[in-house]
Amino acid sequence: MASILISDDSSSMRQMLCYTLTEARHEVQEASNGSKALELAKQHRFDLVITDINMPALDGLGLVRALRNLPDYQFKPILLLTTETDPEVKKEAKTAGATGWISKPFDPDKLLAAVRKVLG
Amino acid sequence: MSIDMTEVRQLFFEESFESLDTMESNLLDLQVGEADKDLINSIFRVVHSIKGGAGIFKFERVINFAHTAETLLDEIRSGQHIVTQNMIDTLLQAVDVLRMMLTNLQNDAEDDAESIQICLNSLQSFLAEPLAAPFLEDAPAKESQAESVDTTNTAPAASGSQASAEKAAEAVEQEWLIEFKPYEDLLKTGNDPINLFNELALLGTLTVQPHLANLPSFTELNPQNCYLAWTLTLTGVVSKAQIEEIFEWVEGDCELTITCLSDSDEASAEIVSTETESTTLAEEVSDTTSLETEASTGTPPTVTEIEPTPVANVDSEAPVVETEVSTESSSEAEPESTSTRTAADVVYAAHEAALHAPIVDADTTEHKPHASGGSHAQSAEASSIRVSIDKIDDLINIVGELVITQSMLDQVSENFDLSKLMQLRDGLAQLERNTRELQESVMRIRMLPISYSFNRFPRLVHDLSVSLGKKVELRMSGEHTELDKTVLEKMSDPLVHLVRNALDHGIEKPAERRAAGKAEKGLLHLHAFHQGGNIMIQISDDGAGFNMERIRQKAITLGLLSPDEVISDEQLYEFIFHPGFSTASQISDLSGRGVGMDVVRRNIRALGGSIEINSHEGVGTTFNIRLPLTLAILDGQLVRVGQEIYILSLLSIVESLRVSLKQVNSLAGKAEVYKLRDEYIPVLRLYDLFGIQNAATRLEEGLLVIVEGDGQKIGLFVDELLSQQQIVIKSLESNYKSVAGISGATILGDGSVALILDVAGLIKLSHTQHKAALFPPRHFVQESGYEYQH
Repeated sequence: MASILISDDSSSMRQMLCYTLTEARHEVQEASNGSKALELAKQHRFDLVITDINMPALDGLGLVRALRNLPDYQFKPILLLTTETDPEVKKEAKTAGATGWISKPFDPDKLLAAVRKVLG
Repeated sequence: MSIDMTEVRQLFFEESFESLDTMESNLLDLQVGEADKDLINSIFRVVHSIKGGAGIFKFERVINFAHTAETLLDEIRSGQHIVTQNMIDTLLQAVDVLRMMLTNLQNDAEDDAESIQICLNSLQSFLAEPLAAPFLEDAPAKESQAESVDTTNTAPAASGSQASAEKAAEAVEQEWLIEFKPYEDLLKTGNDPINLFNELALLGTLTVQPHLANLPSFTELNPQNCYLAWTLTLTGVVSKAQIEEIFEWVEGDCELTITCLSDSDEASAEIVSTETESTTLAEEVSDTTSLETEASTGTPPTVTEIEPTPVANVDSEAPVVETEVSTESSSEAEPESTSTRTAADVVYAAHEAALHAPIVDADTTEHKPHASGGSHAQSAEASSIRVSIDKIDDLINIVGELVITQSMLDQVSENFDLSKLMQLRDGLAQLERNTRELQESVMRIRMLPISYSFNRFPRLVHDLSVSLGKKVELRMSGEHTELDKTVLEKMSDPLVHLVRNALDHGIEKPAERRAAGKAEKGLLHLHAFHQGGNIMIQISDDGAGFNMERIRQKAITLGLLSPDEVISDEQLYEFIFHPGFSTASQISDLSGRGVGMDVVRRNIRALGGSIEINSHEGVGTTFNIRLPLTLAILDGQLVRVGQEIYILSLLSIVESLRVSLKQVNSLAGKAEVYKLRDEYIPVLRLYDLFGIQNAATRLEEGLLVIVEGDGQKIGLFVDELLSQQQIVIKSLESNYKSVAGISGATILGDGSVALILDVAGLIKLSHTQHKAALFPPRHFVQESGYEYQH
């Protein structure tokens, strides 16, 4: 069981993530944009952060950069949710410090596999 | 893993409709020229989220459409385009199309393929780089269906031989040698080699050989760096792609070589032979699938995945094609699964409806199905309501209090004797209050800000003004005024009608306006506010106004008026509400004004409201709609007179001041007026009016609250001002009887009742009180006009 922070401005996407992860016995907290996620991340020490790229207030890449500057999150896995198949975006994500990415749309098993891959 | 998708699906629809509203208003705010970054980002996100969400449910058409729109928006975002009016209009159309597609998906209805295609084409015409070619000549649905039948015919065959090819591969285990040498800062990306190895171990038998060569001495060691390298051997039925996928996230953070050790075996020769066969098949399948995917979904990426790869890798090909085929069959099974889903939807909706049944007006439910045309308010949506968190919090608070009261009563009832009677009565009184509050809170949930109705007007005004060739600025205020949901829904059509009329017949064409010495751009103002116990909605334009003479002539022609009869303007306005008044013949600038105005008024009256017209030729027209708000919340100012507390609508208060006696004059004996700057304001002593003892009677001891109602001001003399608070209005009529000067009552925090003053009513009262007739003519005329109506 891990504590996971998910950040996405779409509430159906959040619900879907939340449902899947909770079913897999993870503890989940949600944020509807990057800056809210950052606030939450400062208050708790999550084992994993999953974030959308396109969000208001602070976007996914900005969130990753900000998290990497926090001592608590220097080595924590951060996964980006993305619909882009563009390798440029992936490169940018890596440069920002993301651990990996999950392509939307995903099925629950794919999501859990990705989570397992970073949490062990 | 099974997930209840119905709920997520429902949420997706609601959220999408809401975000489409945002997109629409953002588009209307978007200016021609350089794109505003924030706006375009917000618009982009909407389309992007819809595409992502649609992906979960495999709404292929939506994905396809959203993808095109997204591409355009992305190009705008990256500065490749200057925004043109044409582009904005097309994107607005795209909003409509998306709305329609989602509504249809929600209701299992057919899409209007033509309008989708038209919009898709115009979106594509803007694109800098055209999307994949087959897109543009997107075959009609039928053809692509025929094609898909073809594919499904070949698919089983293909998958059959594919399966055999796979079987052949299955027979051979392969041994892979993986050299994995992470760079020092691999750990900083959050990836951990151990997890990667665990993943590999799931594919087959894994042996791990660490290399410690680079490990520095302990003193030099930085625990945040990764100094190790590994040689791994993996044995199993594994393809290179599977291994590569595991290392996908660390690509660029390490040196990685993957080699197959079992290349020279007979087995691989065998594979190659089966492969050549399967490659051709695979190609065939991928060809057909690509055609199909492009025609029906237009998402090229999947195609690139199954591009025939060099022979060395073909063994990895088999599983890929296999999955492709299985998606095929699953998409074939789609209709079935959708139908089961919708069945569940219906159950869900029915359940929802049952929950709401007690409060939803039977009328609305009846009325809904007919309104199927434009609005997406349909079965599922009609039964749900969005509520602000505040209201829910209130509800939870009250329930909390209820629990406390209940436990208090529990305690009293234990070993009850007569000495506890007072406690019991207190407890019961508290319970009663809790219950009442609970009831009110629940009722408040039904209150929605009028912006729900106003929000559609920017678009309506935009579209209409474009098609009419007029320039119109829409101004809206008081959008937060809350109205009961039922009232709001029923007001929606009349409001649209009035706005349409104002644009069509009120505001003139730019040239005419210029000639009349007005600004080219007309102004349409929607304004909502509380007045006394009512909600007022004002729709005013600065257009041509009514030509009273024409109305008069028309009324005479229709035989509604005899030529020598002299009547007031108010009475003339009455004719506008006469059924069919202006439909019979077209009277230039008035044409259409009367169409449906009788219906508008009937709807408003059905809600217990009224509508008034105020028009000046050449200056403009104002429609005042007055709606009752038995349920509405009012921002109230509490005032004290003697020991009594009264409530004034905060909005009606102009100012409050200490009276300086020098400014007070007595007129005609008893009537007092207060000279406020250049105005003379009549003073009404509330203690006198309501016969209250022990109140301040000398003007300098209390306060004068200047209030405004019906366009007139009056000074109310009170002892002092107390707090301001939100209050729930209780109808006096239904609980007692209507009282002049009082519009309702409310219950204060301490449980006592306070009366809400009706400013307009008080002004009227003050007139009758002082027959000195301060403002007589207009008012009495209105009264007689009112009688005329009945």
